[in-house]
Amino acid sequence: MPVRPTASLPTLLAVTVVAAGGLTACGGGSGSDPDTVKVSFKQSTDNSIKVMDTYLADIKKQFEKANPGKKVEFVPIKAPDSEYYTKLQQMLRSPKTAPDLVYEDTFLINSDITSGYLKPLDPYLAQWKDWDQFIDTAKAAAKGEDGKTYGVPDGTDTRGLWFSKDIFDKAGLPADWQPKTWDDVLDAARTIKTKVPGVIPLNVYTGKPVGEAATMQTFEMLLYGTNDGKADPLYDKSAKKWVAGSQGFKDSLEFVETVYKEKLGPDVSDALDPNVMTRVRGEWLPQGKLAIALDGSWLPQDWLAGSGHEWPEWSEELGLAAMPTQNGQAPGKVSMSGGWTWSIPAKAGNPDLAFEFIKTMQTKANAQKWYVANSGIAVRQDVANDPAYIDAQPGIKFFTDLVASTHYRPAYPAYPMVSTAVQEAMEGVTTGDLSVDDAAKAYDEELRSAADDQVIEK
Amino acid sequence: MRNARSLIRALPVSPAVVLLVLFLGGPIAYCAWIAFTDLQLTGQAEESFVGFDNFRTAFGDEAFLNAVWLTLVFTVVSALVGQNTLGLALAALMQRASKPVRTLVGGIVVTAWVLPEVVAGFLLYAFFRREGTLNTLLEWLHLPTQNWLFTLPILAVSFANVWRGTAFSMLVYTAALGEIPKEITEAAEVDGAGGWRRMWHITLPMIRRSIGTNLMLITLQTLSVFGLIWVMTRGGPGGRSQTLPLFMYEEAFQKSMIGYGTAVALLLLVVGSLFSVVYLRLLRTEV
Repeated sequence: MPVRPTASLPTLLAVTVVAAGGLTACGGGSGSDPDTVKVSFKQSTDNSIKVMDTYLADIKKQFEKANPGKKVEFVPIKAPDSEYYTKLQQMLRSPKTAPDLVYEDTFLINSDITSGYLKPLDPYLAQWKDWDQFIDTAKAAAKGEDGKTYGVPDGTDTRGLWFSKDIFDKAGLPADWQPKTWDDVLDAARTIKTKVPGVIPLNVYTGKPVGEAATMQTFEMLLYGTNDGKADPLYDKSAKKWVAGSQGFKDSLEFVETVYKEKLGPDVSDALDPNVMTRVRGEWLPQGKLAIALDGSWLPQDWLAGSGHEWPEWSEELGLAAMPTQNGQAPGKVSMSGGWTWSIPAKAGNPDLAFEFIKTMQTKANAQKWYVANSGIAVRQDVANDPAYIDAQPGIKFFTDLVASTHYRPAYPAYPMVSTAVQEAMEGVTTGDLSVDDAAKAYDEELRSAADDQVIEK
Repeated sequence: MRNARSLIRALPVSPAVVLLVLFLGGPIAYCAWIAFTDLQLTGQAEESFVGFDNFRTAFGDEAFLNAVWLTLVFTVVSALVGQNTLGLALAALMQRASKPVRTLVGGIVVTAWVLPEVVAGFLLYAFFRREGTLNTLLEWLHLPTQNWLFTLPILAVSFANVWRGTAFSMLVYTAALGEIPKEITEAAEVDGAGGWRRMWHITLPMIRRSIGTNLMLITLQTLSVFGLIWVMTRGGPGGRSQTLPLFMYEEAFQKSMIGYGTAVALLLLVVGSLFSVVYLRLLRTEV
């Protein structure tokens, strides 16, 4: 006799409901153990770089000693930037997977705040006297649109031009090079191309494979040097709208196009290789294969002792120059800043303990140790004024001085999509698939859909 | 009375049914639902129902249409033509080959198949890149070299998929060919039919069902290839090797548009079922 499915249906339904109920009701949260604080951070994909691991291991020791009976458990996420965000956001969605403390890029923090993933820290900060030492721009980096603060920054970064003194010497360029305009940069690259064959004259990151690095290290370093230096060329803060159709945007694209069209940059296929960032720091610069790199202040952390590719001579072999504005207009130089913050997820099980851990990390001594270890730029006044910090590493003074002419990204929820649209436009002109005009037009269209038509023509 | 008995009889299978409903049906239904919302991974407090908006966006999106086209190229070139014919040819040739040759060739082909997708991706990345093995060979032969991953990305990844997946077709066809009774082939040989004619008039019609099954399986496998392409090209340059799974990943996880990405996943499912319908018809018709 065949089994009639209808006969067993009520039973099945009952069992299903009970089982489903059991499954959803058992979300215990990360704080199932109230004495353990779970800390997630981004682990370098380069196995030889253990800067963060070493630093955190030290903090863990201090923390466990100062708080008897409490434990720190690390939940490292080993992934490139873009995949780190994805993984983290998935973890933050559920109380079962949310750690107690997370490392957030200021690039996405507003997006995650809007999603309700993070906990406002104001009650904690109000009772923490060290907070007064943080400089105002850094405090703003982790502020939501609601005016509350959602993260404690552990440093910032600035960007500039790194150049090989040896190659410059061969090309007859000065060792104290300081370009005044974009054309000065391109001209230097052209000189190197003719006089020193076999090296890459100038590297600027481009296209989707490197993600946000293309947008921030290259495109925005150009774009924010195109106007009067006051109005934001990407996002109009007073109108609360994204800027479309600007001449500065096209000029910036044209710069990128020129680099790759005139073969002043790496081979296009190398430039669009997802591993190009590792090659710039680990291979091209140390081996003298690259003349000028538009890159971030953190590069030396790859060359420290114990990093696997030590290069202590870098400070003699490399020169530093500020990125100039387009035509040398005031203030003459431009830099972008970002950085990371420590935040507590809304669904964290042990938020109080997590904040204790932040406090341990952010004693003056520990903060200073961290800035020096990761080649970070101080966001604490007391550290920035400490000669021990300024002298700890060559280059720190140069990059700390750039903070005066730096810009922060409009990191609103649409930003990640806007950034991808920028990368697509860059990739189009890099490969030669798109003209500057077409790429800019495609960006404007993408922008409209990414920003829900909150767009202003300039 | 009868009801009670059926109930008891249904009991042993009920755990399986419950598990299926929970872990297979549940997520699928949830996905179908998400495809009709504007759910984002981040940047949004609450999602809302948007009807067919995601699907409308997809069909108006050049990048999506490009991905559909590349998916078709990738599937036809690497699965239908590459894996399928090469697998059949290898199986046919190996039937006649000596045992050592058979073991050696079979071993190599199957090794490519059992390698994890990501490892295979890295091997072929190393093969095709500018300083790679292929260019070294070409240089040695005094032929022009180029960065294959950059100039012909979709063909490079198609080749990679052929390299990796041929073993499956070869195994299917080896089994099928082994079941053709020797007498029939011998009779045809006696009647004076050459190799090609035997292949066309006897072998192919007799293994028609295996061809259909094989085509269906490798098509579905190929449609969902992700790791191989991701490792080799990340869909680039300029989206020239971005098939639907990569497009979906980018929309869902890099631009955090989970709703849209899921809608694209459903469309990929439709493409898969269209292929399946064609193969099922092929299986049904009698020669």
